[in-house]
Amino acid sequence: MANGFTSFLQRSKLIHDATHLPGTPLFRADNVTVRYGDTVALDAVSFELNTGEQVAVVGPNGAGKSTLFRLMVGEIRPNSGTVTLYGSTPTDHLCVAYVPQRKAIDWRFPVTVTDVVMMGRVRKIGLFRHPGRRDRDLVRDSLERVNIAPLADKQIGELSGGQQQRVFIARALAQEAELLLLDEPLTGLDMPSQERFFNLLDAVSDSGVTTIIATHDLNLAARQFDQVMLLNTHLVAIGAPEQVLSAENLAAAYGGHLHTVGDVIIADTCCEE
Amino acid sequence: MSFLTDPLAFEFFQRALVAALLVGVLCPIVGSYVVLRGMAFLGDALAHIILPGVVIAFLLGIPLVVGALVMGIVTAFAIGALSERNVLREDSAIGVIFAGAFALGIALLSATDGYAVDLAHFLFGNLLGVTTSDLWAMGVLSFIVLTVIVLLFKELQLVSFDPLLARTLRLPVRALDYLLLLLIAVTIVVALQVVGVALMLAMLITPAAAASLFTRRLLPMMLWGAVIGASSGAIGLYASFYLNIASGPAVVLVATLIFGLVYLFAPERGLISRRMASA
Repeated sequence: MANGFTSFLQRSKLIHDATHLPGTPLFRADNVTVRYGDTVALDAVSFELNTGEQVAVVGPNGAGKSTLFRLMVGEIRPNSGTVTLYGSTPTDHLCVAYVPQRKAIDWRFPVTVTDVVMMGRVRKIGLFRHPGRRDRDLVRDSLERVNIAPLADKQIGELSGGQQQRVFIARALAQEAELLLLDEPLTGLDMPSQERFFNLLDAVSDSGVTTIIATHDLNLAARQFDQVMLLNTHLVAIGAPEQVLSAENLAAAYGGHLHTVGDVIIADTCCEE
Repeated sequence: MSFLTDPLAFEFFQRALVAALLVGVLCPIVGSYVVLRGMAFLGDALAHIILPGVVIAFLLGIPLVVGALVMGIVTAFAIGALSERNVLREDSAIGVIFAGAFALGIALLSATDGYAVDLAHFLFGNLLGVTTSDLWAMGVLSFIVLTVIVLLFKELQLVSFDPLLARTLRLPVRALDYLLLLLIAVTIVVALQVVGVALMLAMLITPAAAASLFTRRLLPMMLWGAVIGASSGAIGLYASFYLNIASGPAVVLVATLIFGLVYLFAPERGLISRRMASA
């Protein structure tokens, strides 16, 4: 049965979905500027991302990392320039998943792990309808892929930090996302959890999902990612970490707030924005 | 048993009991969203803000719910507009409208004859004065609110838990937020005769908050909230009958007492089991 009310909403432009234009890059920003009042958050930024890439976005506080993510999920529009997702405006796509920072979630909220992952299916289930067999199967598969199936009936606050993060990655999988954005995903994770996180991220990328993380940890970006984007309201550099994280580029992005001790880079800014 | 059945000989008591049970069930279900979204201040404000609408309807002799709904819709948009301009924090915007509207309601009421009695009824409820037609109106409105919540359960849960996901799934988030405000406004109208404006917040928050201490999913929280709310309504009504105290405060006191017991004795999250676990 066609969902009459959903198609009514689509026709009336209250909600509408975009299709993917063949031959277009996954994401493209063309001379994009975003301002909040008088503050410039992103300044004339241009770049392209292709399917299956793994990118770390780094830069000091206020560099525009969160603004870039908000553009990509279609939450805000640029003041000038254009952004496109598979050739059309991001605000119409369902294929972008966002894993919020830990502090953005109310962990006491009365929902189980399964409930949260099923939320990724809400649009595809449709209005006034219950999850079908395919939705339940996808949720179970997603939980198994991130290895938290035994915790399915736990309330989300009862999980460890690493497990909680995997719930949200499972939700992105259940959403059938093609672009996965993670905002400071390593904050508060111990070393074994970080290790498991990167293994999972690789598995997700291998299945064709493009993953982008925002992080303040330059060393980690250099170690774990083959593509790094260095941002300081304008795009300082994008490419392989050894080229992007050069002394000149880092000085351009961080000014005096940066010190190198042997191979380790120390930036004396932190993660809170 | 005659202790329980004796008051039922009075028809006003029967109607009051039905009203108390209805409000006891409805308020915690809607109130669960108020608790989970941290809207306690907004809920309290909304109850006071619709007072002038109710008073105007009362003076014009049209159904109170019409006046309340018009007022509820106007304020929802006024609060949104004031805070979106970004010149004021949202709580200040609400505060300005809250106090102004409440003053207007009382000023209008003070110009009428039975001022003191009417004011007491609006502020603290008039459970024993519920008429059969009041009951019908309350029943129909409750049915509409509950139907909307059943139909949009997963969407309302999603916007309450993670509005950003709702936006990336391209759901009409603002429309759902306004709808929730509207549901809260209608619920306040239904509960007006039972607890009144001043104690409204207690019915929205207290049973739902108590239920949140021992449930781990939204639906059980709503249903246990409804059980606690309905029990508070019934016990409070009997208490008011036998102890000769005002019914609205009696209902709220029972709900508060139940909250206190749950807070102490809830498994896992109650004060006592947490003390035992840490000892």
